Amino acid sequence: MKKVKILDKEAINRSIMRIAHEIIEKNKGIAELCLVGIRNRGVHLAKRLSDNIKKIENKDIPCGTLDITLYRDDLAMASGQPLVRKTEIDFDLNDRKLVLVDDVLYTGRTIRAALDALNDFGRPKSIQLAVLIDRGHRELPIRADFVGKNIPTSSQEAVEVHLEEADGSDEVLIAGKE
Amino acid sequence: MMFWSKKDLLGLEYLTQEEILLILDTAESFKEVSSREIKKVPALRGKTAVNLFYEPSTRTRISFEVAAKRLSADVINIATDTSSVRKGETLIDTGKNIQALKADIVIVRHSCSGAANMLARALDISVVNAGDGWHEHPTQALLDIFTLREKLGKIAGLKVTIVGDIAHSRVARSNIWGLTKLGASVTVCAPELLLPAEIEKMKVKATSDIDKALKDADAVNVLRMQFERDENAAFPEQLDYYKKFGITEERLDRAQKGIIVMHPGPINRGIEMSSGVADGDNSVILEQVTNGIAVRMAVLFLVAQAREKIKNGDID
Repeated sequence: MKKVKILDKEAINRSIMRIAHEIIEKNKGIAELCLVGIRNRGVHLAKRLSDNIKKIENKDIPCGTLDITLYRDDLAMASGQPLVRKTEIDFDLNDRKLVLVDDVLYTGRTIRAALDALNDFGRPKSIQLAVLIDRGHRELPIRADFVGKNIPTSSQEAVEVHLEEADGSDEVLIAGKE
Repeated sequence: MMFWSKKDLLGLEYLTQEEILLILDTAESFKEVSSREIKKVPALRGKTAVNLFYEPSTRTRISFEVAAKRLSADVINIATDTSSVRKGETLIDTGKNIQALKADIVIVRHSCSGAANMLARALDISVVNAGDGWHEHPTQALLDIFTLREKLGKIAGLKVTIVGDIAHSRVARSNIWGLTKLGASVTVCAPELLLPAEIEKMKVKATSDIDKALKDADAVNVLRMQFERDENAAFPEQLDYYKKFGITEERLDRAQKGIIVMHPGPINRGIEMSSGVADGDNSVILEQVTNGIAVRMAVLFLVAQAREKIKNGDID
C-alpha cells in the first residue's frame, strides 16, 4: 500500500497555530471559551490548541476529554479501539462557547455522537468544530468551523494522522487501498 | 491490543488475565457515568436485558438492573416463583422463550452449578452468570477485584485472605480464579468441615487459624455465612463461629495496618464481623456496591458488543 505524506511537522504546527488565532478571532477573545478533544488524537490536538491560545492570550482555557464510544449509532462499530476510555470534563459546560476538536472529519458520525454526549454534560452557549483534516464524504449535515487542511479523498483511501504524543512523530499520510 | 470476543460471561475460570483486565479497565471508564448529573449513556439503547433469577437475590439483581438501565437497555425481571417455571418449564425452555421474545441478554442465577454454561450453549443471545450453585459468581469477584485494585493500585503480588464457608461459596471460587490469574496469592480460612480438601489444587493456602490467615494479608474478603440455609449439620454454632472466625477490631489490630475489609453482603453483624469493623476505616463494603454497577455495565456492554459482532460475522 502506497502512502503519501501530505503534511509534515511544520505544516501541522502552522495549521494548529492558525486555528488558534481563528478561534480567538471568531469568538472575539477567550472569555467563556473551552476546548473538548475527542479521543484519541483530538485530545492531543486540543491540548496543543490550548497551549497556543495561551501563548497568544496569556491565559489558560479549560480543556476536556470526550470518549464517544458509548454514543455510537452502531454497537458493533464501537470498537475502533478495544477499550472504552474515560470522559474527563471537570468544568461546567453551561453557557460556555465550546470548541470540539478532532483529527479527521469524514462521515460526520463521530461528531454526531460527540454532540449527543455533550448534551448529557450540560448546555453550552455554542458548539464549534475544529479539525486538522477535512476529507469530505459527509453522511450527515455537519461541517467544521476551523479546518487545518481540506484534503479531497476517495472513500477507498485512508487518512492517517500521526501525532508525536500518540505515535512518536507528527505527520499526515494518505494511503491508497491496493 | 486485544478485543473482547465472548458473547457470554460464565466464570472467571474461562477468562485469560488479559480478558479480566479488559473488563476492569472498561469498568473504570464506566464508573464516571454514575457520577454524572445525567447517569445514562445510550450504548445499549434498544437492547433488552432479562433478569432470570431462580434464587432470591436483591442486591445482585438490582445492581444488574441499574447497570443495564444506565446503559439505556430495557430490563425485564422474571421472578421464577410466580412464572411458568412453577408449572414445570425447564431452564432451557424458559431461555428459548426469552430468546424468542428477542431479548438480547439473559442474566441468570440458579442453584445448580453449571446452569449458566448450559443455558449459554443452548442460546444464541448473551448469557451472564449471576451465580450458579457453588460454581461461580463472576461479577461479584470482578467487583471485589476492581475495588481492591482501586484501593491498592494493583493486584499482582497482593496477599488476599478469604474467610467463611469456602466449600459452598461461588464467590470464593470466582475470587480465587480471578485473583490468582492476576498474580495475587490467596489464603482461604474456614472451619475444617467447610474447607474442601481439593481446594489446594486451586493454588491457594488453606488454614483454619484466622489470626494466621490475617497476618501479612493486604485484604480480607469475608464471606456471608448462610445460617438461614442450615440444612447442613457441618455449620458450627453462630456464636462459636464469631469467636473463632469473626473479624473484630482486636483481630484487625494484630493484622497489617490498612488491611482492606470486604464483604459481598448482606452482612450478618456479630457473626462474620463486628459492627465496628463493618463501619470502620478498613471497610470498603459500600464502595463494593458502587463499583458493582460499573463492573456490570462493563460486562453487559462487552458481551452485547461481542454478540453484535458475531451476528455480523466479524468474529466467530
